[in-house]
Amino acid sequence: MWDYSEKVKEHFFSPRNSGVLEEANGVGDVGSISCGDALRLMLKVDPDNERILEAKFQTFGCGSAIASSSALTEIVIGKTVDEALKVTNQDIADYLDGLPPEKMHCSVMGREALHAAIANYRGEVWSDDHEEGALVCKCFAIDAVLIEETIRANNLSTVEQVTNYTKAGGSCATCHEGIEEILAKVTGERCTAPAAPETKPAATPPINGKPKLTNYQRMRKIEEVIEAVRPQLQRDHGDIEIVEVEGRNIYVKLQGACHGCMMEQATLGGIQSQIAEALGEMVRVLPVSQHKPTGH
Amino acid sequence: MKPIYMDNNATTACDPAVVEAMLPFFTEQFGNASSMHSFGNKVGLALKEARAQVQDLLGAEHDSEIVFTSCGTESNSTAIFSALKAQPERNQIITTVVEHPAILAVCEQLEKEGVVIHRLKVDKRGRLDLDEYKALLSPRVALVTAMWANNESGTIFPIEQMAEMAFDAGVMFHTDAVQAVGKVPIDLKNSKIGMLSLSGHKLHAPKGIGVLYLRRGLRFRPFLRGGHQERGRRAGTENSASIVGLGVASAQAKEYMAFENTEVKRLRDKLEAGILAEVPRTFATGDTSNRLPNTANIAFEFVEGEGILLLLNKQGIAASSGSACTSGSLEPSHVMRAMGIPYTAAHGTIRFSLSRYNTEAEVDRVIEAVPPIIAQLRKISPYWGEKGPSEQPEADFAPQYA
Repeated sequence: MWDYSEKVKEHFFSPRNSGVLEEANGVGDVGSISCGDALRLMLKVDPDNERILEAKFQTFGCGSAIASSSALTEIVIGKTVDEALKVTNQDIADYLDGLPPEKMHCSVMGREALHAAIANYRGEVWSDDHEEGALVCKCFAIDAVLIEETIRANNLSTVEQVTNYTKAGGSCATCHEGIEEILAKVTGERCTAPAAPETKPAATPPINGKPKLTNYQRMRKIEEVIEAVRPQLQRDHGDIEIVEVEGRNIYVKLQGACHGCMMEQATLGGIQSQIAEALGEMVRVLPVSQHKPTGH
Repeated sequence: MKPIYMDNNATTACDPAVVEAMLPFFTEQFGNASSMHSFGNKVGLALKEARAQVQDLLGAEHDSEIVFTSCGTESNSTAIFSALKAQPERNQIITTVVEHPAILAVCEQLEKEGVVIHRLKVDKRGRLDLDEYKALLSPRVALVTAMWANNESGTIFPIEQMAEMAFDAGVMFHTDAVQAVGKVPIDLKNSKIGMLSLSGHKLHAPKGIGVLYLRRGLRFRPFLRGGHQERGRRAGTENSASIVGLGVASAQAKEYMAFENTEVKRLRDKLEAGILAEVPRTFATGDTSNRLPNTANIAFEFVEGEGILLLLNKQGIAASSGSACTSGSLEPSHVMRAMGIPYTAAHGTIRFSLSRYNTEAEVDRVIEAVPPIIAQLRKISPYWGEKGPSEQPEADFAPQYA
């Protein structure tokens, strides 16, 4: 059972200002898709001084949604429209002596209903800019959408960075798996490592005209290509290391974010075609896990 | 007033006889069943008796087919991982969309790791399409796992038939029967079920004890290794007190099976009919002609479940809801959504799950308590209002969704 404050329970069991306000001149209907809650806020505003004379609500939702609606009406009655617009969802939660983190969205819905109702009173169209995702960090009530947007905007690559930017995962640490999943998803999307060309390369790269390389020259060429792509990988918080060259097989170790990245195959394929180009021969770039030492 | 407990699909009260049988195993019978001395020997004998009692309830052919675990969830995970590990050439699992998270969450994780998961859909009444199931059975399938009875709606799946079909296709079959054991007669020796999960606390035994039934000869890989307990199939010192408790509870469950299907069922039917008659715009969910005898899942349109539960709780009545707000996840019940219940009703589903301890007087009190609670919440619902139900709820109230 939720750990509701006495004030939440009191406002749920005896909600203030519930019902229909026939003479309302500002009505806001909002809902939260993740929870299925919905709220209609009705305001009666005095057009002369823009003061909210009456407020009533109807709510389809859980205990804290009803309590938040009730608290909202109590908070805004008597305020001018401009004063009411300054009310935050935290004000609603504070009025109720706090809400469980999973239920903070109920107070957000209250604030949105208020903005929608005031927009309706002013004859404006209200549009909602708040997108809500699944709750990841329960200690600080941080949802998946916020984490994902923060990772994207700041190019984050570790759980620690996510905690520093959003607080998510900074207390009990039990949501770190969830944060890592979001990191992996975003990292996969923004990966800029070289990918294999879209069109299939010619079966054999041009060999004619190129002198046969000595072993040393060949190694140097391979290293040059790797050095050229390294900055790209590092920009994605990854890296690459050559482990062994055996004939046509070049074994490499992808490190950091590249290691285990869903784009790993594409990255290797891209490097492979660049090396093949430089050497003028067919080579295979393989992860070190496929390297089986021989001759021992 | 004495509280009324109607949430027995969540967990049940330990039977006093179960508690009494367990107590000596916390004090003088503390020995380790594996020890050679007499402290251990008596415990070993008690475990043997408990194993036989569980075997009897499940109708298993051999007592060695009963493997004690820590809970139903462990049994489920053991079954799934064993099937994949023992048959590396098979990488598909068939399950249903309405399974308990103990199955669904494991499958979701396995899916990320490359296992192909087929989830059978259900119709409006929560029933499976066996043709869809049959078409999916193939030599690539490592395991079929389907629940015997649904925890939310009580709907019973044709598990014996599904096990036969899997057997004919050469596919391993597991059933999560935690809700069914003790309420539905089970005769494993005359079935083709390969594995079955049972949970003690759903049948008046304590929490922290479960069983995996494992048909003799079925290929198996342990989930926990590290000891010879349970014939090497589940390492870890036996939870002797709880195993003894589960034994007693199993014997009682067999004894009360008929009672569950007559008296408890009668009380459930009375409760459901009473509420449906008193409260308009209300319906029972699931396959009402083929469900657990103790479960009534009722959808109250235009109100939200958590509010109903809080008001019921104020009157000392305990039930549960498929509403989003009563779960930590904020997701409405996947079972109700799978049955296509509109969200204005899915959020208002309340599950009453009875036990042999409920009385007629309690049922009468709940029938009396529910209608005013629903009326009170509907009065402040934008879909209902002062005047009664909205004829076109979606048109009259179309909130802007975040």
